[in-house]
Amino acid sequence: MENNIKNNEVAEVKYTAKDFASDQDVKWCPGCGDYSILAQVQRSSPDFGEKLENIVWVSGIGCSSRFPYYMSTYGFHGIHGRAAAIATGVKLANPKLQVWVATGDGDMLSIGGNHFIHACRKNVNLKIIMFNNKIYGLTKGQYSPTSELGKVSKTSPYGTVDWPFNSIKLAAGSGATFVARSIDREPKHLQEMITRASKHNGAAFIEVYQNCPIFNDGAHAHLTEKDVKHDNVIVMEHGKPLLFGKNKDKGIRLDGLNPEIIDLSDGKWSVNDVWVHDELDDNPTRVFLLARFSDLQGFPIPIGVFRQFNKATYNDNVEEQIKLIKQKKGEGTLEKLFYTGNTWEVS
Amino acid sequence: MSKEKEVVVLDEVTVRFAGDSGDGMQLTGSQFTDTTAAVGNDLSTLPDFPAEIRAPAGSLSGVSGFQLHFSSSDIQTPGDSPDVLVAMNPAALKVNLKDMKSNGTILVNSSAFDTKNLKLAKYDSNPLEDGSLQGYQLISVPITQLTMGALEGLDISLKEKERCKNFFALGLMYWLYNRPIEGSSKWIETKFAKKPLIVEANKKALKAGYYYGEHTELFTTRYDVHKAKLPKGHYRNVSGNEAVALGFVSASLRSGLPLFLGSYPITPASEILQELSKYKNFGVKTFQAEDEIAGICSAIGASFAGNLAITTTSGPGLSLKTEAMGLAVITELPLVIVNVQRGGPSTGLPTKTEQSDLLMALYGRHGEAPLPVLAASSPADCFWMSLEAARIAIKYMTPVILLTNGYIALGSEPLRIPSIDDLPEIPVNFRKDPEGFQPYMRDENLARPWAIPGTPGLEHRIGGLEKKHIYGNISYEPENHALMTKIRDEKIKNVQKDIPLLEVEGEKTGDLLVLSWGSTYGPVKEAMRRLKKKGYKLSLAHLKYLNPFPANTADVLKSFKRILVPELNLGQLARVIRSEFLIDVIQYNKVQGQPIKTSEVEGKILELLGGENGK
Repeated sequence: MENNIKNNEVAEVKYTAKDFASDQDVKWCPGCGDYSILAQVQRSSPDFGEKLENIVWVSGIGCSSRFPYYMSTYGFHGIHGRAAAIATGVKLANPKLQVWVATGDGDMLSIGGNHFIHACRKNVNLKIIMFNNKIYGLTKGQYSPTSELGKVSKTSPYGTVDWPFNSIKLAAGSGATFVARSIDREPKHLQEMITRASKHNGAAFIEVYQNCPIFNDGAHAHLTEKDVKHDNVIVMEHGKPLLFGKNKDKGIRLDGLNPEIIDLSDGKWSVNDVWVHDELDDNPTRVFLLARFSDLQGFPIPIGVFRQFNKATYNDNVEEQIKLIKQKKGEGTLEKLFYTGNTWEVS
Repeated sequence: MSKEKEVVVLDEVTVRFAGDSGDGMQLTGSQFTDTTAAVGNDLSTLPDFPAEIRAPAGSLSGVSGFQLHFSSSDIQTPGDSPDVLVAMNPAALKVNLKDMKSNGTILVNSSAFDTKNLKLAKYDSNPLEDGSLQGYQLISVPITQLTMGALEGLDISLKEKERCKNFFALGLMYWLYNRPIEGSSKWIETKFAKKPLIVEANKKALKAGYYYGEHTELFTTRYDVHKAKLPKGHYRNVSGNEAVALGFVSASLRSGLPLFLGSYPITPASEILQELSKYKNFGVKTFQAEDEIAGICSAIGASFAGNLAITTTSGPGLSLKTEAMGLAVITELPLVIVNVQRGGPSTGLPTKTEQSDLLMALYGRHGEAPLPVLAASSPADCFWMSLEAARIAIKYMTPVILLTNGYIALGSEPLRIPSIDDLPEIPVNFRKDPEGFQPYMRDENLARPWAIPGTPGLEHRIGGLEKKHIYGNISYEPENHALMTKIRDEKIKNVQKDIPLLEVEGEKTGDLLVLSWGSTYGPVKEAMRRLKKKGYKLSLAHLKYLNPFPANTADVLKSFKRILVPELNLGQLARVIRSEFLIDVIQYNKVQGQPIKTSEVEGKILELLGGENGK
């Protein structure tokens, strides 16, 4: 950092990515997508506008949940699935803190599903980054709640027979007010999503497609390999048409509530026919249409912000209510505590 | 003109109000309690209600009861057997009759003894007429009918009129026990302020009941229980659950830390969450979590961030919280887990009492995960033990389990209102200085520093993985794990230096020591008093600290030939005493979902002493 941090008077502290790295050796497997996520978080952190000491990283259990140890901020490595609950407590206890959650598809959507949906429902101002590698890595290769139907893994030698979660639908459906997706191999894009989440006041969810080179290598290869990714990924940008393909010659058109892929090169359609992405759309219908692309054959996978809107956060409401009741009843004292209701004197 | 009625002075009375769970018996009971407290009696109460909110009206399973013991001297329990039963219908009579003292008084609402209700209560014949209540003082009053009569002409529905009958019964009981009706009148005015007709109806019913006592020939005597000689001061009546709430708000005021409660509603602990949610002007944050696990985990997060954090639950919830308790143990964060014990296992007896979570509190976590365990002995003691739990948690940077149970959580007694100086000091020293800071360095008590997020220069990471001694980084070194395990154990053992010695009431050495813990204190103490009056030499030691035990526990136990341990389980403290001290004890166990009765303890002690010859 450029300024002397020991002087707390300094209002503007200019950090660099390095300031956010702890002194611990990073111990993920070589080639793990987590390295990229860590790097993008550290590169984005100076842009959060928060002092280092006011940032808290909370996690659950899993490879992704080692994340807090590698950050130089305050960190809490919790127990399996409970990161959102722990983080909620941190945020409520001290709303001035910026609270982040690092989690995985198993940690957040399986054992932690309940805490996840309720944090979204309450719109707690937490920033949740879910590393989705579609596999259990730390326990060495069992299928996860985001593994695709038929996935062969150590616990599904004949293929899974259960349907996966669609994380975006779940987050949006539960009430998260910032819902986004990115990919470990898209560093710039990922940084943008992280920075935007940091500025959002409310429950923010970023699903990051992350490669597990050991137990699910290439799970997202169609989204990351140069020769194919342009046909398989569509970048959502607010106010811009949903175009994809190497030459941006394909687009998404909405036929009523049915999305269809149109070819802009054959003269039948023009860019004016393409669905224009609106993050701020009040109506969540289109978010679900976009989220559904990953379930549909042949559709590109959207990355970017699906939706962002503002509504009162749970933590703000808690503070507001306390303020209001204090104004109404006056600050609590021991006297007030005991001498309400029926009391009597023995003399 | 009615005759002047005789007033008989009694030392103590136990009254039970019983009726349909929709009859408002809890309300009637608590009104009688408030008035009784205001006239200066010592008292103790116990509600007894079914787990079903509204079981079919008139059925045996729908009976709800409220028992009150009041006295002109210091008392410890809600009383074993009622002297007086107020039964609002046949089912209430049937369910409660077995508990009555012989020759006790039974006041029944005879209006409710119709064919339908008798059938619902599974009576073959009307007990008011078939002579089966011989041996009791039966007072048969058509309460419903008289209430309807008193409210004639009032512009409310018949159903609303009928619902005023509990106030008629209350008024009659006020007359019978010579208590003023003004307090309840005022209460009615406030409670139904928005419904003037309902105020009028209930007040009329209350008065009608009172004057009915005065004018009817049914009663020749009324009773009085004089003021008790309690220590000087201001008092308020508290249930154990209310007292827990007051205790933690007081701990918050005393420590200067904001109070955070993460909790999920569960019987019979929900009232703590309900109470604390009222105290927003004290800065109390209550987080009604999505489940029990989120309750404790949010509290752990809040503790990490520097709040006085607690979570409240009952048996099944404690099971769900166990993994997170281990997290609080290894992260060494202050946290209080209040467990209001109920009958188990599984859903068990949600509204009934038991002391069967002791072993779970002591040992129910994976790994070596020691933590202090305290137990409150009475409703008012819940206040003091909550403060004590908070003090220990903060001083030693550890989770603490506070055990209460349904009996004292829902039961009530007067609490002498403390002044700020009566409260224990709860100093908080957040680490501020980055110089030389390490997250797992330790003070003289082996507590690690509480360094909260937001403090510049103290950024650190903690979590559930084993920590390197002093430095707090992840460590898988065998010697380090052994060291940390021992330090965590020693830290909790250190608490022993900081808690009061085990007191012996009565003879300091001798033949028989009664060793009680938690909520059995009341009945045991009362039994001892009765036996002392009869000339027996006896000793009582009561444990409020179950881990660690007071430092002199072994000495006390060794000073007696025999030790009797009464508890509401199959011998959990007995097992711990045997294994910790290699001293055998005599067990007295009860697992009926009901508190131990004074007479039961008395009987057991007499049996051990060889009956009347043991003086």
